[in-house]
Amino acid sequence: MIRSELHALAQHIGREYAAPHADDVDQTSRFPHEALNALKDARALSAFVPVELGGMGCSMRDLAAMCEALGEQCAAAGMVFAMHQIQVGSIVRHCGDSEYFRSYLREMVAHQNLIASVTSEVGVGGDMRSSVCAVERDGCSFRLEKDATTISYGGHADDLLITTRRDASAPANDQVLVLARKADLVMEQTSSWDTLGMRGTCSNGFRLRATGKVAQILGDEFSTIASHTMVPFSHILWSGLWLGIAAGAVSRARTFVRADARKKPGTVPSTAIRLAEAMNALQTMRASVYEVARDCEERMREGVDTLSTVAFALKMNNLKISASQQVFAIVYQAMQICGIAAYKNNTPFSLGRPLRDALSAALMVGNDRIYATNAQLALILKEDT
Amino acid sequence: MVDSELIRTVVKTHGRLSVDIASLSDGDELYLAGLSSLASVNVMLGLEAAFDIEFPDRMLTRRVFESISSMQTAISELVS
Repeated sequence: MIRSELHALAQHIGREYAAPHADDVDQTSRFPHEALNALKDARALSAFVPVELGGMGCSMRDLAAMCEALGEQCAAAGMVFAMHQIQVGSIVRHCGDSEYFRSYLREMVAHQNLIASVTSEVGVGGDMRSSVCAVERDGCSFRLEKDATTISYGGHADDLLITTRRDASAPANDQVLVLARKADLVMEQTSSWDTLGMRGTCSNGFRLRATGKVAQILGDEFSTIASHTMVPFSHILWSGLWLGIAAGAVSRARTFVRADARKKPGTVPSTAIRLAEAMNALQTMRASVYEVARDCEERMREGVDTLSTVAFALKMNNLKISASQQVFAIVYQAMQICGIAAYKNNTPFSLGRPLRDALSAALMVGNDRIYATNAQLALILKEDT
Repeated sequence: MVDSELIRTVVKTHGRLSVDIASLSDGDELYLAGLSSLASVNVMLGLEAAFDIEFPDRMLTRRVFESISSMQTAISELVS
């Protein structure tokens, strides 16, 4: 378990600002404003920004622990926070000494801008590493049009980080990442987000037109940003919030079993053995999330070579696959324990929302797609490091 | 302070002591009177039900359940 002030802060915000509204966020498919406003007030949106730029310079494990704490109370709030931090991480780690981006980060700290990701696009079949759209440069200005299938919390973000081809003549996989500011954006909603779970992420589709200065294009090519930062951040932070969903379900199951045990001290309730099993699975999941986060921190300190290995790519992918399977299995197990009280809505043991939220885990970047990548990587892996 | 009689009733029901609880004073060590660690779990569950409380992890120590008065102190803290 990671203990830090940031973790305690996220637990507090989770309990006081996310939990009371989580059912409403889910039922009405609305943005978790209360939790995000509280995170902004606490300046938590810039937690990963280096201290010299005004942030807190926190670690990957801190972020994962914060996602866990938020996800336990409201998965949508946890996911919005996680996705925002993935964008912050991409800028912080790939802006080099760009004066534009350093000053953007300072401004982001002051105003707690919420950044959304625009990697999806009509026509690429869900492949983040391909783009149809291309950025057009004109002197020191650019313009860009993109038809995005989903932009999570796109309607609530201050700024967008958009993947695009480097220019009109570049192949689909020669991509760059462009920061677009709200004032320079025209967005037209093209689809709505009415889903089984994760309803509060408000991941509508948008057609967007962005303009800005060429300085808003990150210097590193997107393939590097993706493999060194975006993918590791995504898989670790998503797994962190899934861990929170699982922990919340186990906590309800524990309360349920204890209440049962109190009715008849001396007899261990039959559900206690299922609870022991669920706790075992939760421990394995937690160990896995924080161990991979620790390893990732170490590699990010050591530099690019260790982030480029086949073993690291496999490890990140494996975390995502296993955590996404575990979260569903654990919540389902908790439901078996609490029985009909979990199946019913509006009981202290209701697990419908967490179960529906957990189902998204295996689908967001589909596990089969990741397995297909791992199958290829397995053929070339030489060393396990 | 919470009622020690209710604690005594719970210990009598679930504690499986080797002596009659009535022969012990509030300060006597229950482990010496035959309270096993398994039985102390049942005493804890019985107390949680009787007083409608939950013992936090920090209170789940041998010392808290060693006598009627130590349980009385812990429960009083929880109900206050």
